[in-house]
Amino acid sequence: MNIQFREGLEAASPPTTKTAIADCDIHPARATRTELYPYLAKRWQHHLEIYGVHAYQGMMEGPPYPKAQPNASRRDAYPPEGGPQGSSLSFMQKQLLDPNNVQLGVLNPLNTGQGIRNHELSAALCSAINDWQIDKWTSKDKRLKASIVVGNEDGLSAAAEIRERAGDKNFVQVLLLSRNVEPLGQRRYWPIYQAAEEAGLPVGVHAFGFGGNPITPSGWPSYYIEEMVGHSQCQQSALASLVLEGVFERFPKLKMVMIEAGFGWAPSLAWRLDKVWQRLRSEVPHVKRPPSEYIREQVWWTTQPMEDPERREDLFDVIKWIGWDRLLFATDYPHWDYDEPSRVLPAGVSEDNREAFYLGNARALYGIA
Amino acid sequence: MASLIAGGVDCDVHPAVPHLTSLLPYLSDYWRDQVTTRGMVDLVSQSYPRNSPIVARPDWRPETGKPGESLEDMQRHVLDPFQLSYAICNPLYGVQMVFSEDLQAAFCRALNDWLVKEWLDRDPRLRGSIVIPTQSIDKAVAEIERCAQDRRFVQVLMLVMGDTPLGKRALWPIYEAAERLNLPIGIHAGSAYHNPPTAVGWGSYHIEDYVGQAQAFQTQLTSLIVEGVFVKYPRLKMVMLESGVSWISPFLWRLHKFWRGVRMETPWVDRASLEIVRSNIRFSLQPFDAPPEPETLIRLFDHMQSDELVLFSTDYPHWQFDGQDALPEGLSPDLVRKIMIDNPHATYPRLM
Repeated sequence: MNIQFREGLEAASPPTTKTAIADCDIHPARATRTELYPYLAKRWQHHLEIYGVHAYQGMMEGPPYPKAQPNASRRDAYPPEGGPQGSSLSFMQKQLLDPNNVQLGVLNPLNTGQGIRNHELSAALCSAINDWQIDKWTSKDKRLKASIVVGNEDGLSAAAEIRERAGDKNFVQVLLLSRNVEPLGQRRYWPIYQAAEEAGLPVGVHAFGFGGNPITPSGWPSYYIEEMVGHSQCQQSALASLVLEGVFERFPKLKMVMIEAGFGWAPSLAWRLDKVWQRLRSEVPHVKRPPSEYIREQVWWTTQPMEDPERREDLFDVIKWIGWDRLLFATDYPHWDYDEPSRVLPAGVSEDNREAFYLGNARALYGIA
Repeated sequence: MASLIAGGVDCDVHPAVPHLTSLLPYLSDYWRDQVTTRGMVDLVSQSYPRNSPIVARPDWRPETGKPGESLEDMQRHVLDPFQLSYAICNPLYGVQMVFSEDLQAAFCRALNDWLVKEWLDRDPRLRGSIVIPTQSIDKAVAEIERCAQDRRFVQVLMLVMGDTPLGKRALWPIYEAAERLNLPIGIHAGSAYHNPPTAVGWGSYHIEDYVGQAQAFQTQLTSLIVEGVFVKYPRLKMVMLESGVSWISPFLWRLHKFWRGVRMETPWVDRASLEIVRSNIRFSLQPFDAPPEPETLIRLFDHMQSDELVLFSTDYPHWQFDGQDALPEGLSPDLVRKIMIDNPHATYPRLM
């Protein structure tokens, strides 16, 4: 949602009066088209100038489903010094981090090297984005932590990038997108999970990406709203693939975070998986336990965009079925469908659950004291 | 388990075509010749491998032949013991996978005529769904109009995973014909496999395809609602068959939130999605994809905020429950009556 940002408002509510929160989905942007060039070899700078980026979709610039607002971002999030929304640290501090008392902010850069058909370019861009996250963001504000962005379609180079960054406290997770060339449980992605597990880093799977597949199992839909609502279906299919291919069985210490795809669907998917697994488990003997157990133990969920029932208390049933210990608050700043921290939980939530939801679960998962 | 009541309507049973050769008597000379000289083989969809445990209950699986190919078995297994007044036959023969509109139209016509002769004519409790050749909208509409003259056809049947999302305007003549002829559109689990069976590509396993049906239904509901099908055809009912039900409410919460955010993109959608679902969409009961605890079930039905959405089904001969336990624990007698009798009759005007 768009919120009018006013100087006076900030003065009236100093950060110290607000409970500290974690924001587990913040999208930092580049201020200029060439902001990554210092981190890229000359060869790739030339490549980008001449050929651009060839993704697994047809548009050279911009998304195939036009967003609801420029850059899918809040109209009030343009930095005063210019550049797109989310591209200024000082304005992010002023608009998001300070007024909401964000103690931990997890950066999930989009429009990186992921989902690019040239896998060498993909790896180079991802590595550049990772350097850029340190230089521009995490080294300048200790509240911010980065995600290791990896070339998703080449598991080996992705694993190498993870190993190179492992142990660097600027990074708290590995970032993938939900839509890839194949469902995320497939073997080509396993080196990513192995490296992440070894590094002790959760793998975040953020909605979006393109892998060349129609974004519904019945072909390409017409509208942006279908893409947005459909992220939860893509995420369900990706998670089902992870469970049924045995990724959680093979990598028992692996933790995964479902980012920006909702969580209301989680109980239903887990029930369905359990029921069908009872019937068809002989096809997947590598899935040794009921699927819901792997999900309960190894999967977390960011909250934005929170499902919005007419009766807010209905959502509490769903949260209870998932577990209050598995949700991570997120705003999705600076995007238009931002969830305002003070409004997402109605009264009636216990102090313990509230603290876990806004901060405790994220600190425990990401290992932040 | 909640007690069954007599006189119910089973909205999803599957009579099986024994083999492509079973349709030969219903094909024209030309197509009969095509099938035999070209050596065409049986049309079995990957969605339902014949020996998969989910495709037939152990005690419903015949010693020879396909599960569901015998009327006597269907009578003995469901029509009699469940004391049904009607059962709606949804053939899942793989005609949707065919790419040629001519061949598909010939197969659909033969399949519908086979259903009349081999099933509807042989048991007065049986009703049929019209299988249509969606490779050609003209031919699909013509087949609907041809079959609709027989009042025992009570709905039009489509698969949840086809060539395009079901809301797309090109398909609307099908919906126009269905509304005009008092035929709901039944959308059944299964894929033509003209697109990968998940929105993130091809999985490895049959179980993955089956789990994925629920996500396919969700994307289709979005498409049908936001394209404006029910604005254009307000009397049209659509029934999600073998869809699962526990995902409905959380899905609608999400759709509603985004509709409020970006409704300027589809300004013709003039009502909240939950309202549209209440007036135009129904769901078959089995497979009931919720845990067995009654308290969870009660919450799930309460989340739906309507007792009119669910229609009784056994999904015969698929293995969704054992014994007579088609109704999950915790349904009140009032809700059982709605699900088994009132809701199906309110949905299918041709049942009488």
